Amino acid sequence: MASDKHKFILITLLLTAFLCYTGYLYISLPRKTSAIDEQSAAGKLVWQKYNCGACHQVYGLGGYLGPDLTNEYRFRDTSVIKLFLKDASIFTPVMPVFNMPEPEMEALLSYLKSLDASGKSDLRTFKVNQNGTIEQ
Amino acid sequence: MEPSNNKQLNTTKLFIVAGLVLLGLGMIYGLTGAIQYLVPGFLKKYFSFEKVRPLHVSAVVFWIILGAMGSVLIYLQQHTGKKLHAPMLTKIQLLVFLFTILAILTSYYFGVFGGREYWEFHPLLALPILSGWILFLFNVVKSIGTLKNQPVYVWMWLTGVVFFLFTFLESYLWIFPYFRNNIVNDMTIQWKSYGSMVGAWNMLIYGSSFFLMEKISGEKTYSTSRMGFLLYFIGLFNLMFNWGHHIYTLPTHHFIQYISYVVSMTELLILGRIIYEWRASVSAARRHFHHAAYKFLIAADVWVFLSLLLAICMSVPAINIYTHGTYITVAHTMGATIGINTFLLLAIAFDILHETCRSFEHNNKLFNRTFFVINGSLFAFWISLILVGVMQSKWQMSEPRILFGAMMLQLRPFLISFFVFGLILTIGIVIIIYPLIKNQLLCYFTPTTNQDHTPTVAKESMSDNDLN
Repeated sequence: MASDKHKFILITLLLTAFLCYTGYLYISLPRKTSAIDEQSAAGKLVWQKYNCGACHQVYGLGGYLGPDLTNEYRFRDTSVIKLFLKDASIFTPVMPVFNMPEPEMEALLSYLKSLDASGKSDLRTFKVNQNGTIEQ
Repeated sequence: MEPSNNKQLNTTKLFIVAGLVLLGLGMIYGLTGAIQYLVPGFLKKYFSFEKVRPLHVSAVVFWIILGAMGSVLIYLQQHTGKKLHAPMLTKIQLLVFLFTILAILTSYYFGVFGGREYWEFHPLLALPILSGWILFLFNVVKSIGTLKNQPVYVWMWLTGVVFFLFTFLESYLWIFPYFRNNIVNDMTIQWKSYGSMVGAWNMLIYGSSFFLMEKISGEKTYSTSRMGFLLYFIGLFNLMFNWGHHIYTLPTHHFIQYISYVVSMTELLILGRIIYEWRASVSAARRHFHHAAYKFLIAADVWVFLSLLLAICMSVPAINIYTHGTYITVAHTMGATIGINTFLLLAIAFDILHETCRSFEHNNKLFNRTFFVINGSLFAFWISLILVGVMQSKWQMSEPRILFGAMMLQLRPFLISFFVFGLILTIGIVIIIYPLIKNQLLCYFTPTTNQDHTPTVAKESMSDNDLN
């Protein structure tokens, strides 16, 4: 049986490394472009209020019933996005009829614009390195 | 010896019973969601997908959490040979969790959200969960007393309890604008917390299953061995640093990718050990396979192997870009939550709940058949998801891409197979858990009988269970 002393030393080292790593992540903001304004921040909460993530993904994370919306803003006209948010039944039988109020739609559009500016989610744009890592 | 009677359904067992009910509910919600993939707009007016998905996910997550908490509270008493430090706190903890879960599921029905993936409920409802967990932590820490000369499962329980609390709090850092108002950083912290949180509840469940394994086999050497602690520290190392595979494609710090990639390769040691000890495992399985709980432990062992194999592949960034955002990720989650977490918790549930005033003997034949049906259907369900994922991955990487809706139509044959095997799996799990819940409740509400139906194996551990 391993001695308790060794176990406590090992767990202290691991915990210290974990807390340093966590702390560094909390204080470092790696992508200045992904900081958002007040309107976009409100839009992010609208995204959560309607649980958009149940069906849609952001950077490949979220639901699978609808498409990834990370860069949707650059490919669709805002009037079309607004139609989806009002009543999507003219486009698809899957999406609920949200009848979203205008201020919420504007905020959500602003969030989608900021999301698009934060980076690209298209996996075809990634480069695979020989050591197995990837970069965009 | 006191005969099995209605007194046997106590607070700690209620954690498991309530968890089993949530498991059944979660499976039914999951099936409803699967129908919505095949019949677009099914029940859309009243029960659309953005409600069904969180109902499914939360019900299953709370099954895992309640099951894990119940198993720790019960086995901790069997380990120390003493009652919990504060039994009243356990009662309060259970009530807090049950009322909060009810409020969460009800809020989903009415379309009230506000949270994010896995915790979609309004953030205010996180407060009772947090307080319930703090009660749990207090009771566990005080009941354990000291870590000196403790077996590995006690270390695992303590690690799981502490890290769940930490990661749960971390997953709510988004309520502060400092975190929320930076899209990429916020997602980094979100998936850091989720990755480690899964590791935390795995610590609780694996700890309890080690305890159960030793209880059944009667061999008490593993939990104090160097190998046992080596694997614990590898698990802890991965819990802390191997969460980056969720966000390899996020434009965040590159070092997160490198650290996770390197750390995830330590899982090869666990995989190697499973292969190396395969023969010994099979021989042990032959000795104890008549035991219902042991059957599920063995099945979980096979699923650990399959899930680990998939997880290691997905941890290689160059492979991850083909699996990210596809159903291969869902296959991994299903393999881990059903094949590992649920099977281990079912093993624990059979060990804890099989002693009642009613006999399980007449269920044996049906149980044996259903056990194999569950495993077969889960494997077919898992393969269906992987095949859907492969198709989706081809679409993601294709140039030019067809429309998303057209791609979904191409997935249809595999989604039908995913639904059919999901249906068989749900029926199987309901057949397995129904007698466990029914017997507990019937014995609680019917007067004590003079007949003692307790099986021999159960009698041997009666002194343990009297503590519960």
